[in-house]
Amino acid sequence: MASLHDYLFVSGLLFAIGLAGVIFRRNIIVIFMCLELMLSAANLTLVAFSRFHTDHTGLPDYNGQMMVFFVITVAAAEVAVGLAIIVALYRARQTINVEDLTTMRG
Amino acid sequence: MPSIAFYIFSLIAVTGAVALVAFRNPVSSAMAMTGSFIGLAALFVGLNAYFVGIIQILVYAGAIMVLFLFIIMLLDLKSEERSKPQPLMLAACLVIPILFLVQLTGVLQSTKDEPHKPLNLVASAKHFERAEGEQETIIHQNLAKEELPDVHLIGLTLFTRYNFPLQVVGVLLLVATIGVVSLSKRGSDRPAKPSTDS
Repeated sequence: MASLHDYLFVSGLLFAIGLAGVIFRRNIIVIFMCLELMLSAANLTLVAFSRFHTDHTGLPDYNGQMMVFFVITVAAAEVAVGLAIIVALYRARQTINVEDLTTMRG
Repeated sequence: MPSIAFYIFSLIAVTGAVALVAFRNPVSSAMAMTGSFIGLAALFVGLNAYFVGIIQILVYAGAIMVLFLFIIMLLDLKSEERSKPQPLMLAACLVIPILFLVQLTGVLQSTKDEPHKPLNLVASAKHFERAEGEQETIIHQNLAKEELPDVHLIGLTLFTRYNFPLQVVGVLLLVATIGVVSLSKRGSDRPAKPSTDS
């Protein structure tokens, strides 16, 4: 049986891979996908704690799953807005490579 | 959940994540992301969070992945041409996640692990018993039959304790919808360009 630490480690591994992708990739759409992966990895932590920390009734602690529900909702809204911004950016600059976007470089 | 299923699905999730970072074609990356999310959803189901697992598949593997693919198609992207990765960048993208993982391992080793215990649903059922004469709830009926009424319990929590946050999230979705419409409209407030027909 997988213990709590196994789930937490898988979650941390996914988060680390997502972080590496955000640092490494130059395509802004793939960076955005890596951000989604990091959000999902955090969700796995929340669900694992919800399952292993049972409340007084002996059922999983549903407060954690409520948090996951809200995170997924906010992520959906964030993806919609973010992709609209990327499309607007592409229309204005004809590029989605982050290295070409240097307007705010000091 | 047997250990073997945990390892298979976490392997699927991690492989998908690595492929998402490694593929150069954005469409392949989106497919790898879907695979990773399906593995994660299976892990959620293994943690008795059936509802969360299903909305993970519906929202992420369904809606968000399609949205990404549409945008990739709309922008007509080519694969990234291989530019020489800067050594500093490569070092940062290896060192920072590895530091994070080392720190996580340290934290996990210094805290108490908790084994996977099956839920005792019949014992939980008596917390949902009603007084004599009242109608029995579905939650109690399911628990007495040793089924976890996951969706009912989530609904109960969502519409009682988290009623106000739920309404706030509804407003957030409305604002996001309006924001997307106004962002993607070809407005006249942008500087006029010869290439666009605004």
